[in-house]
Amino acid sequence: MKFLSQLISGISLGSIYSLIALGYTMVYGIAKMLNFAHGDVIMIGAFVVYTACVTGGLSPVLGVLLAIVVCTILGVVIERLAYKPLRAAASLAVLITAIGVSYFLQNMALLVFGSDTKQFSSVVSLEPVSLANGNLVITGETIVTIVVSLIIMIALYLFVNRTKPGKAMLAVSEDKGAAQLMGINVNGMIALTFAIGSALAAIAGALLCSAYPALSPYTGAMPGIKAFVAAVFGGIGSIPGAMVGGILLGIIENLSKGYISSQLSDAIVFAVLILVLLLRPTGIMGKKINEKV
Amino acid sequence: MSKNQPSPLSQKKQLRPVTKKNLVTYAIVIVFFALFQTLTVTGNLKFAYQSLLVPICTNVIMAVSLNLVVGVLGELSLGHAGFMCIGAYVGSFFSVVTEELIPVTWVRFTLAFALAAIAASIAGILIGIPVLRLKGDYLAIVTLAFGEIIKSLVNVLYIGKDSNGFHVSMSSSGLNLLEDGEVILKGPQGISNTPKDSTFLIGFILVMLSLFIVTNLMDSRTGRAIMSIRDNRIAAESVGINITKYKLLVFTISAAIAGCAGVLYSHNLSSLTANTNNFGYNMSIMVLVYVVLGGLGSIRGSVIAAAVLYALPELLRGLADYRMLIYSIILIVMMIVNNGAFFLKLRAKIAQSFRNSLQKKKNEKEAA
Amino acid sequence: MSLLEVKNLGITFGGLHAVEDFNLTLEKGDLYGLIGPNGAGKTTVFNLLTGVYKPTSGTFYLDGKELKGKKPVDINKAGIARTFQNIRLFKKLSVLDNVKVGLHNSMKYSTLTGILRLPGYFKVERAMNEKARELLHVFELDGEADTLASNLPYGKQRKLEIARAIATNPKLLLLDEPAAGMNPNETNELMETIRLIRSRFDLTVLVIEHDMNLVSGLCEKITVLNFGTELAKGPTEEVLKNPEVIKAYLGE
Repeated sequence: MKFLSQLISGISLGSIYSLIALGYTMVYGIAKMLNFAHGDVIMIGAFVVYTACVTGGLSPVLGVLLAIVVCTILGVVIERLAYKPLRAAASLAVLITAIGVSYFLQNMALLVFGSDTKQFSSVVSLEPVSLANGNLVITGETIVTIVVSLIIMIALYLFVNRTKPGKAMLAVSEDKGAAQLMGINVNGMIALTFAIGSALAAIAGALLCSAYPALSPYTGAMPGIKAFVAAVFGGIGSIPGAMVGGILLGIIENLSKGYISSQLSDAIVFAVLILVLLLRPTGIMGKKINEKV
Repeated sequence: MSKNQPSPLSQKKQLRPVTKKNLVTYAIVIVFFALFQTLTVTGNLKFAYQSLLVPICTNVIMAVSLNLVVGVLGELSLGHAGFMCIGAYVGSFFSVVTEELIPVTWVRFTLAFALAAIAASIAGILIGIPVLRLKGDYLAIVTLAFGEIIKSLVNVLYIGKDSNGFHVSMSSSGLNLLEDGEVILKGPQGISNTPKDSTFLIGFILVMLSLFIVTNLMDSRTGRAIMSIRDNRIAAESVGINITKYKLLVFTISAAIAGCAGVLYSHNLSSLTANTNNFGYNMSIMVLVYVVLGGLGSIRGSVIAAAVLYALPELLRGLADYRMLIYSIILIVMMIVNNGAFFLKLRAKIAQSFRNSLQKKKNEKEAA
Repeated sequence: MSLLEVKNLGITFGGLHAVEDFNLTLEKGDLYGLIGPNGAGKTTVFNLLTGVYKPTSGTFYLDGKELKGKKPVDINKAGIARTFQNIRLFKKLSVLDNVKVGLHNSMKYSTLTGILRLPGYFKVERAMNEKARELLHVFELDGEADTLASNLPYGKQRKLEIARAIATNPKLLLLDEPAAGMNPNETNELMETIRLIRSRFDLTVLVIEHDMNLVSGLCEKITVLNFGTELAKGPTEEVLKNPEVIKAYLGE
């Protein structure tokens, strides 16, 4: 029973990683950049929910909606101001800029909200479900997280594969030049990708802080790094890869916490990542790239 | 064109441009050291600034050694702090254990550096293995993971010593020490009471040594082989450069130097613990920022960028809470101005109009 | 014994036969041409002969030594050097250093000697500089020794690539479209240079080229590839008159 309960909360944590990893992977796919500031967008999203619900007394649903709006705008603005001028620059220059944006968001939050850890109140009001005569208790947060993530992933999958803008996005990530020649608005598509990624980050922030209710300006950093790992795990640039990678990562992390050592769980997650990449150098679902000679 | 080239004869007497460049770098470091050492000795430097000197050296050494990987070999590493971490712990451990055994400070400290360098370079070889199979962002994430693993491991490790020898465990109770035993490495509490052996002088010597190693390496047969891999791996292979050998070599040397930076760091503190900011990805990323802003492959750039950027937040202390915010804005603006298409064009334009006006003046002179 | 002996060499990419049943014998000192329409598999042959690709069938020998399946580094050490269709120079190194990388395996000192600046460093570096300048002189690049490779004009970049390849002291030199992007004058000069280096460095040269003037002016014999297989082979004049070859080039 312990195993099952660990597994379920692992899937729940993993779904959050997936949501964040989707932002990483979509942005990587389309702009070929590692958006290191993505984790901090989660933190901003969580702070918006906190301010709206705890301080402002709004209902959780409104709070989350507000966070989605704020993060979407934030994502697009970041892309416009910091990354767009560097569209043609070396990837390392963009990476360092993203790190600068990450510092900026953290320190902005530090200035506005202070460095003390806030007690986040859950946006989920669902009662825990008790199964197997109370041996297996699943919290409302876990259920909502899994369900919400599942819906979002299905919706995203349908959007990318079935709609015109989604296909245009895929086209841009496949070949920017060709897409432009076909009349696709490349800049618009990149902005759209940042918007979607940031909206997902807002939801992930609300869910993350509902399950682990401590919020500080550094809250987004570690989940951000882990989601980045998850995206690479699944094969960066691949949308299904990010989903699978995130969930696997959550499961591995939770099982190592439960059965090996909670202090070493991060080390185990990272060690598994290294092993996976040694066996499959471009991740589980990544494409193999051959250099033309 | 060929008239402007120095003839082979005159070239032998002149300093080569590379040698000249390196000498200027050494000179900058020496002047910096002489200036601040004098200020300190004569009591003209605030204590708050004095305490920055050794950490500046640490950061400079880290940046120089990382530039060898990122700028010279051309592989992105996000785990460089891991090597520093290993060096710091091995060095401190050794110093604490042998403090009474080897009373002569310089002998003990030199041995600590040597041991730390060896330990870190072994880790460098270990991380070098995935490097051979992976590329680009995948490699970056593996180095990041590696750094985090090291940080996590030292945080759960307990090592104690009693009359039976050393005991290693994952918990303090698991050590089973005898009555006379003492715990040296205490998991998350780290190592306390490392002798404070690091001085600005030692930091300076270490900076000079790492500069000597890295710049001489770059300007040698080995250095050319490494840079050829960076510029074109397939062409390098086609002229018989052994990629595996040189990649591993770079990671080994770079890790050894970073390990020494760790010793310098840990012997400047009374208690050593590992967290995200000193040995985690934050530190690795910070060092990467120095390297990129200083210029990939430019050792002098790394030295200056590390010293200035490390000191900057401290110097901005007057601005209190705004300092890191300002730092981040400076970072973003600098990257965009240095690499953005708009600014590159603008710069080219300004340079062109400058050249035109020069040409015009010249023409006018000739006409007159 | 022939210098190069290629027997039934072939490679398939995902079921597609990129090169099939390729046979070639080169005697020492040959100047041999490999021609064919775009996509015929010429560069693939070079990639097979230099170990960039592993052959899926057949084998090849240099001086009687089997090199099939060997790594590019070992094949270069065995005596095959090449240039690339899309020039691959060490862009951020100087012209001189590009050639010095080519000398890497013939003139050595240890990494430690280099770092500590022991006498061996100065001695070998001096010899390397001399040798590299000598090579640059052959290609009339001595004026640009200190220029960054990426700042060279296109034609000189091609020459530098050949100089770098020769620096590895090969027995067999593979040139992949050396005249691409050159005007007729430059092409004629290049032909002279290739003849010169052949005699001066005791080379056997296998060259891929589209420029028929260069092929007929330079190569004694040629092989024509089409769709990965040999279409014709023999003395240049005869092969170029072969109706099959004309058809492959000009279409029906």
